[in-house]
Amino acid sequence: MRIPCPYCGSRDAHEFAYLGDATLTRPDPAASDAAEAFHAYAYLRENPEGAHREYWYHANGCRRWLVVTRNTRTHEILGVAFARPSTDEVPA
Amino acid sequence: MSARYSFLSLISNALNGQTGWRPAWRNAPPKPAYDVIIVGGGGHGLATAYYLAKEHGIRNVAVLEKGHIGSGNAGRNTTIIRSNYLLPGNEPFYEWSMKLWEGLEQDLNYNAMVSQRGIINLIHSDAQRDAYARRGNAMRLAGAGSELLDAETVRKMCPFLNFDNARFPIKGGLMQPRAGTARHDAVVWGYARAADRLGVDIIQNCEVTGFIRDKGAVVGVETTRGAIRGGKVALAVAGSTSRLTRHLDLRMPLESHVLQAFVSEGLKPLIPGVITFGMGHFYVSQSDKGGLVFGGDIDGYNSYAQRGNMPVVEDVLEGGMALMPMIGRLRLLRSWGGLVDMSMDGSPIIDVGPLPGLYLNTGWNYGGFKATPASGWCFAYTIAQDRAHDFNAAFRLDRFRSGHIIDEKGVGAQPNLH
Repeated sequence: MRIPCPYCGSRDAHEFAYLGDATLTRPDPAASDAAEAFHAYAYLRENPEGAHREYWYHANGCRRWLVVTRNTRTHEILGVAFARPSTDEVPA
Repeated sequence: MSARYSFLSLISNALNGQTGWRPAWRNAPPKPAYDVIIVGGGGHGLATAYYLAKEHGIRNVAVLEKGHIGSGNAGRNTTIIRSNYLLPGNEPFYEWSMKLWEGLEQDLNYNAMVSQRGIINLIHSDAQRDAYARRGNAMRLAGAGSELLDAETVRKMCPFLNFDNARFPIKGGLMQPRAGTARHDAVVWGYARAADRLGVDIIQNCEVTGFIRDKGAVVGVETTRGAIRGGKVALAVAGSTSRLTRHLDLRMPLESHVLQAFVSEGLKPLIPGVITFGMGHFYVSQSDKGGLVFGGDIDGYNSYAQRGNMPVVEDVLEGGMALMPMIGRLRLLRSWGGLVDMSMDGSPIIDVGPLPGLYLNTGWNYGGFKATPASGWCFAYTIAQDRAHDFNAAFRLDRFRSGHIIDEKGVGAQPNLH
């Protein structure tokens, strides 16, 4: 499996560390349903068969966090972007 | 229905030209309704059906399997049986499983090739010896038995290990003499045959495509072979759990991952039991055919592919080379991948619910095979009695909400690290 890093180019998946589901958003701890929301955030997963948006960290490369969209049935990479949109611009 | 296997049946079939054997189980067509529908014809599903019929007298049971029985993880594991866990929620359950393994062949009237040759978890540092001494004591408290071995004893048992590796010297081991291996396919076939003899319908090539609901309750399943109604619907589908619960708008505390395993060419007897490396993730045993069966970490990313990638192959083989350098002279015969149900705390779920009429058995991570008998036994109890047995009382789905997680490894809600 190779991941096309937007900064480094196509690299072996060995260079990357995996975190998991990138669709989760940390809930507001002050909200009235915070306990329920944090349970879902920490423990419940969509775990799809097919396209999955997930965090990968290019540990042995540019050390950027990426959001990779990958097909979990075929391991095909469908899309890659920097996790933090403001770093989408590659410095000259 | 197949006859009971005995010395007498061997003799009579030897005399009549082996014409008296019958199929070990019927290939049943689905009936319109059952008391209990079990989804998943792996070891856990078939064991559940067997114990429902045997222990609870519930015989109007169907086991639905989308392929052929035992074609998922039951046919892809590394066949190790052991009860060397630490935590109170886990250890009594796995020890009950070990006791069921010890009587399994007589109970099922089937040779599952249960071989209690022992497991040794190697110790490489003083801190690790302390941790294993604690684990060994927890095992003894649960009646599982354990022995803390010094380096000389390990050397006598396994002289081929790399004892004087500068980075990972072997300082001893924690042994469970009652652990060992069983023949994974025979476990599936034995449970299928024994369940069939008690009247359970085993329905193959029957994939569940949805659920039948009535006022919020689950009252049956839609399948590729038509709708089947069930008083109770029980899921034992390992890594496919999320795919099914999606039809019910339920999100599970699970991620599906790929775990690879490997087998070498056949050798004369070499490995006395099961050996696990304490400084990398590598474990090895030897099959009765002579091949070394070994494995290590999961690949570490969500996957439904049932095949893995090279980095883990390299990692496992590096662990093998560090532990027993002679493994480098062997040729690898095959490797394969299985779809495992990694839970958020690394421990399983056997529970009633979360919807009326639904029962869950999932979250086996990469350790489901050894649990097969107790998983089936406890799930059958839970389905029949509508409550957990003491052995699976801690395996609740709501433990993630209540905070009563069972995290053997202590890595938190990060499934790829368990």
